[in-house]
Order: sequence, then C-alpha cells, then structure tokens
Amino acid sequence: MATTVAAPPYATAYETKRGGLWDWLTTVDHKKIGQLYLYTAIFWFFVGGLEAGLIRWQLRQPNAGFISADLYNQLFTMHGTTMIFLAIMPLSAAFFNYLIPLQIGARDVAFPRLNAFSYWVFLAGGLFMNFSWLVGAAPDGGWFGYVPLTTRAYLPGPNIDYWLLGLQILGISSLAAAFNFATTIINMRAPGMHFMRMPIFTWASFITQFLLILAFPIITVALTFLQFDRFFGTNFYTADAGADPLLWQHLFWLFGHPEVYILILPAFGLVSEVLPTFSRKPLFGYPVMVYSIILIAFLGFGVWAHHMFAVGMGPIADSVFGVTTMLIAIPTGVKIFNWLGTLWGGSLRFTTAMLFAVGLVGLFTIGGISGIMHSSPPADLQQTDSYFIVSHFHYVLFGGSMMGIFAGVYYYFPKITGRLMSESLGKWHFWLTFVGMNLTFFPMHYAGLTGMARRTFTYDANQGWDVENMTATIGYFVLAVAMTIFLVNLLRSRSKGQRVGNDPWGAPTIEWTLPSPVPEYNFETLPTVTSRYPLWDRQHSGHAEVPGAPETESHTEHEDIVDVAEEHRGLPGEPPLPTAAELGIHLPSPTIKPLLAALALTLPFIGLMMNKNLILMIGGGAAFVLVMYSWLLTPIEPEHHPPAPVGGGDKPMADSPFWTAR
Amino acid sequence: MATAAIEHHDAPHHHTSTGLDNTKIAVWAFIGSECLFFMSLISTYLIYKGRSLVGPLPHEPWTDPATGQTFKAILNIPVTSASTFVLLMSSLFMVLAHSAVVRSDRKYSKIWLAMTALAGTTFLGFQAFEFTEFVHAGLTLDRNLFGSTFFTLTGFHGAHVTVGVIWLITLLFIDIKRGLGPRDAVNVDICALYWHFVDVVWIAIFTLVYLIQ
Repeated sequence: MATTVAAPPYATAYETKRGGLWDWLTTVDHKKIGQLYLYTAIFWFFVGGLEAGLIRWQLRQPNAGFISADLYNQLFTMHGTTMIFLAIMPLSAAFFNYLIPLQIGARDVAFPRLNAFSYWVFLAGGLFMNFSWLVGAAPDGGWFGYVPLTTRAYLPGPNIDYWLLGLQILGISSLAAAFNFATTIINMRAPGMHFMRMPIFTWASFITQFLLILAFPIITVALTFLQFDRFFGTNFYTADAGADPLLWQHLFWLFGHPEVYILILPAFGLVSEVLPTFSRKPLFGYPVMVYSIILIAFLGFGVWAHHMFAVGMGPIADSVFGVTTMLIAIPTGVKIFNWLGTLWGGSLRFTTAMLFAVGLVGLFTIGGISGIMHSSPPADLQQTDSYFIVSHFHYVLFGGSMMGIFAGVYYYFPKITGRLMSESLGKWHFWLTFVGMNLTFFPMHYAGLTGMARRTFTYDANQGWDVENMTATIGYFVLAVAMTIFLVNLLRSRSKGQRVGNDPWGAPTIEWTLPSPVPEYNFETLPTVTSRYPLWDRQHSGHAEVPGAPETESHTEHEDIVDVAEEHRGLPGEPPLPTAAELGIHLPSPTIKPLLAALALTLPFIGLMMNKNLILMIGGGAAFVLVMYSWLLTPIEPEHHPPAPVGGGDKPMADSPFWTAR
Repeated sequence: MATAAIEHHDAPHHHTSTGLDNTKIAVWAFIGSECLFFMSLISTYLIYKGRSLVGPLPHEPWTDPATGQTFKAILNIPVTSASTFVLLMSSLFMVLAHSAVVRSDRKYSKIWLAMTALAGTTFLGFQAFEFTEFVHAGLTLDRNLFGSTFFTLTGFHGAHVTVGVIWLITLLFIDIKRGLGPRDAVNVDICALYWHFVDVVWIAIFTLVYLIQ
C-alpha cells in the first residue's frame, strides 16, 4: 500500500504567488493558518494585557479614582475572557495547526478548508466581542457570567449580549477545529506512527480535542439558555418562574473545569517536547505521561462543583468533589516528577525555550499546590472569590500555560521561519517575565488570605493590602517590559534572526527532519516511523553525525545551536526546494469560501444584536447555506484528468469525488 | 500496486491510518459532541420537570387559581406516537437507501432516499402541528419552565431533523443528476450515521418527555 506512484507529468495550475494578502485570505495550508492563529492570538494577548494594566493601575493604591467601577467591571470581564478564549486557546490552536501534521507525518490536516473556516470564525468572534468596546458597552458580568446577574433584569444593556454571542461564535470555531484535529490524529498518521510513538505534544493535543468536543456543547447549551432568556423571554434562569439559577453554575463549570485542562494540556505537551531535547534524554516515563494526560482529562469532568463550594451543596457533594479534586493532583504530580526525571542526569542546555519550560515546572507547581489547598471545602470557603484564587489561577495560567507557550514559540520559531529568535533578548524576556510574574501574583496570596475580595474596583487604606497591591502593580510593569521585549524579538527575528538548518536544537522528532521553513507540502515522501525518537536513533546507529557533540558546536557563536544554516537549502546560492508541482504532490486549492462562510455565519449574530434585525438574521443564514453548498460541491483539489495516484506514500488527501465534503 | 489501487476506486481511503474515511471519523466525533449537547438539554428538561409555577402542564390539567381557567394536559401521546413511528421507519428507509447505493441500484437508491426525506418531512409536519396546537392551548416559549425547556429541546431536535432532510434531498438531487454509486457510499453512510443519531435522540426524548409521567 505504501508504494509511491510516479508523479503524473501535468503541471498544477493553481500555484499562486505567495505572501500576498489574497494568499493569506484564501490559504488552506495548516502552517499558514497556524501562523494566522499565532499572530492574531498574540495581538489579543496584548489587548488582554493592556486591560490588566488598567486594572493594576487602578489598584496600585487605596481609593484610587483612575477608572470607574463600571469600567472596572468591563475590564476584568474582558481581561479574563480575552486571555482564555482569544489568547491562550488560540495560541494552543496555533501549535495544533502548525505541529500536528508535521509531528504525525502528514501533508495537512484532515479537512484543510474546515481548518481555515475555524480560524476565520475565531477572528470574527474576537472582533465581535471586542466591538463592544467601540460602542462603550463591553461585557461586565465576569468571565463566568453568573446568572441572575447576567439576565436582562439585572444587566439590561447590550454588554452581556456581546459576550454570550461572541462566545457562541468562538465555540463554533473551537468545535470545528476539534473535529478536524481529532480526525487528523486518528487517521492521518504516517506509516509506523503508532499511538504510543506519537510525540507527546500530539498526545496532549489529541486529548485536548476530546475535552473540546465534550465540553463545548455544554457551554453552548448554557449560553443558548441565557441567549433565549435575554432575547426571547424564556425562563431558564428566572427564579421568579421557579427556575434554579444554580443550573447556570453547574452547566458553566461542567464546561469550565475541562476548559482549564484545555488551557494547560497543550502547554504541558510543549514543555514535554522541549525538556527532552535540551536534557538530551528521552522523556522520562513516556507511557505514564500519556496515561496521566488521559486520566487528567477523564477526572477533569468530575470536579466541576469545586468551583461552587460556596453555594452550599451539602456535605456529601462537597466531600465528593473535594476528593475528586485531590485525586486529580495525582496524575498532575506524576507529570511534574516525570519532567524532573527527564532533567535528572541530563546534559542540560539552558536555551530560552528550556528556561521557559523549567519555569513552567516550577511556577505551575506553585499554582497546583495552592489549587490543592482549595480542594478542601472549608479552606475554599475562606479563599473563594478572594485574591488568593486570583493568584492561584494566574500561577497555573500564566506560570503554566503561557510559560509553556513561550517555550513552544522559542523552540518552534526556527521551524516556522527558518530563523532563530534572539537568545539574548529571549533571556531578558524570560528573567523579566519570571521576576515580574512573581512580583505581580505572589503578593496576591497574602492580600487574598487577609480578605481582599476579587472584582472590587477599589479598597480602603490600612487593611494591610497596600504593599501587596503596589508590588503587584510594579510587577505588572516588569511584565509589560518583558512582553515588549518578546514582541520586538518575535517581529525582528522574522527577518533578522540567524538562519538555521533542519534541526537547530538536535531534537528527536520527525518535524525536525523537514527544511526550515517547512515547504508547503511538508514531506517530500511521507516518512516511515520506527520509534518515538527517530532522529536520535538515526544518530546513535551511526548514520549521521551526532548533533550537539562538542566539535559541531564549535563553529557557531550560539553554543546551544547544533545546526546552523550552511547546509540549508533555499539560501541564496543554494538550490531551491522543489515545488509541490515538480514533486507531483496535490495540495488543496486555496479558496476564499471558508472566509465567506465565517462572515455569513457571523451575520445572524450581528442581526440579533441589531434589535433582532430579520434581514440580517435570515439573509446571513441563507448566505451561509449557499456558501456551504458552493464549498462542499467544489473539490478540495483542482480536477485533473490523469488518474490520481492513490499510492499510500504519495498523497494523503483523499481522491475526492466531485462533491466530497472537506 | 498502482493499477490495483486505481481499479479499487470505490474504496479510495485505504491510505488512512484506520482505513476509515476521514469524514466518517469526523462525523463520529461530531455525534459525540452532539450527545453532550442533547444530554444537557434533556437534563435541564428533567431538572425543571414539575417546577413550573403556572400551566399548561405536560401530563396533568391545571386550573389558574386567579381566573379559574382550566388548561388540559398538553402532550398528545397518540399523535406523537404516530410521528415517532414515522421517524423510526425513516431509519429503515435510510438503511435501504444506503444498501441500494452500495449495490448501484439507481432506482431504489432514489426511491429510498426520497422516502427517508419524506418521512423526515412528515415528522417535521407533525411537530409543526404539535407546536401550533400547544401555542393555541396557551403554552408558549415564555409561558413557564415547561414551555421554555420543552420548546427548546424539541425545537433543537426538529432543527437537526431539518438539516438531515436538507442533506437527504441534496443526496437525492445528486443521485438524480449523476447517480450515486459505490464510491459515494461513504457520503451516504455519514448522512445515515447522522440520521440514525437524530432518531436515537428522538427515542430518548419521546421516552423521557412524553412517556414517563
């Protein structure tokens, strides 16, 4: 089956010029979509960071009058919503997109056009929600939008409508992407890439897709009830009609707790790639890591009510959810120890990526331990809705997810661009982040335990919180400097960074066999995988020189870089990489239809905001159906008359009947 | 090998890791997601069952203490049993349609696809009738918790049936235009998966909402 069939001698007529705006709008290449996710999410990350800055400036001293309570509500709501749904999730999605096909040895994801659709819907959802700032009515009900506060009776303005409809749009994006990636990992693996040989990032992503698939429909229902209550007068959350507002809390946290793992597991996956490479040791306990991820995801659906101890569910429910919460610390702890086991006795290279990865191990553990503290209901009753909680989830989300994502950015940037990010700026970035993060969030533990409530826009003097808050605000500015350095480094290194070859770090997994940047068809011939760390096996069996051995390091100023650009094809004077057409590889045609479909899908939501404008709602719905028909009736690849080569090694895309849906 | 692969054109997906078509796995994943969607809706219905402060109620008559107006028990189980039977039959037609497509039986593939779509449309007709009756009997979306949960749950189910009918009609149209053969089997198959799923959801709704008092 794996026989490679000779390329048919026809030219592909769909080679578009690369890099133009139209190219980006119509791309279905998972690598470009990954970059769109990356840069868009970084933009939202800075927007969310700015919102945090305004919050911190307001809280720098007691009784500050910098912003009003109303604006403060909008800022903390949008800070949380933006960071979770518009920054960390899409940053993870950027890595899903870029890495999964490369790590499993595929030419693209299972449904390339659906992938583009997911991105455009994500963009539309982010713009939709943030449009509220322009009309001065940003969401103000907190990121978990508890009813009855968020019902029309208490918040009659359009603020919450932007929030809930925006989340509905983003949910469509996440679900479409999750179906796509789950299918990709199940079905698009290269020969020999058994499940237990998959790179650990792909494993973490795989499980994350299941969390998305199973958790997002629940919040879709919760939000639909809220939407119907607010727009169509239903009674789902109206206590006066006999409803129980706790329904929202249960549904929200049934989604919300798996969501926590949706945010952290991809980052765990990234550091599990980075740590072995820079320890020059295989990941300690790979199978146990995989089982831990699965167990975390499984238990993640059984702990939701630990967010609700304060509502008084009774001793039995409190005990059960306390115990399940403590249980989840076991697989998480296993992962921590496995990372330490990976580091133990390794020949460590502290590149920026490695620093961030080790940073995650340390800082996430602090957040994890404070998490176990409030798994105990009596302790939680003291801590809930205080700054102790704020500190806890910033340690796991910033110290965990963001640290892991930064590690991933530094680690994979050379694969994406063919250039290194500056290591010296990177180290400034890391150390300022590390210091700033602890300055900002560590004092919040104390403020919280001494009673400072979250989400209040100011506080009185002499309550013992002045120093903590001033320190946190100073820490914010340290972080702001760090993030600015990161942005400069990221943008500057795209054109100024040191050129590198295929495998600058001496990494073991198959994405590092590819040229940097990766050609649009990924693999010239699909690889056959024989182990978890094929590149290291190849070196150890003597087929290639060992990258990272002292003699190969000596010729570069970057002592940690083992593969600089000399042998890289595509440099001036070097033979360029062959194009897909020359290799006879069929790539999906670029198409604008996913973008149009995303636009059409957004119209009914806009119509609902515009006083239930029927023309927009029905017109948008009809336009969506029309675009979908046009999309599904167009083949993924241009039609060609020579018989398609269907040999397994040549062409992972299905040989599409003319209307096959992709 | 290449020749063999081309000759077995009706099974073009052998190069995937599982041997299954991508679309089939994606539809299974989608159905997994839909399970949670309907479970949330059905759970909400059950949690709110019996908590409505005003009628009409599903299984028992209710008299408004203020006006003395009496609302009869609203669910019409015989009529819904009939529509349930039609929907269950549509699953049988769907199986027959798929089987006809697999053996390239152009005549019966069209007949059974049309019958499936027709049965789905009939079910939707019953639902439209039911909703209209209920509104006339005083049960609206915003009347009480029963109205909110009932119309939302069955309305979302009806929307799924509508999507399925559109899908079936599209398949029928393609069958008429160029014929569906064994190489299209997977595309009929995923439609069938979806259709059977929507059917199964209805069995759960019919049992939990209509039959259990």
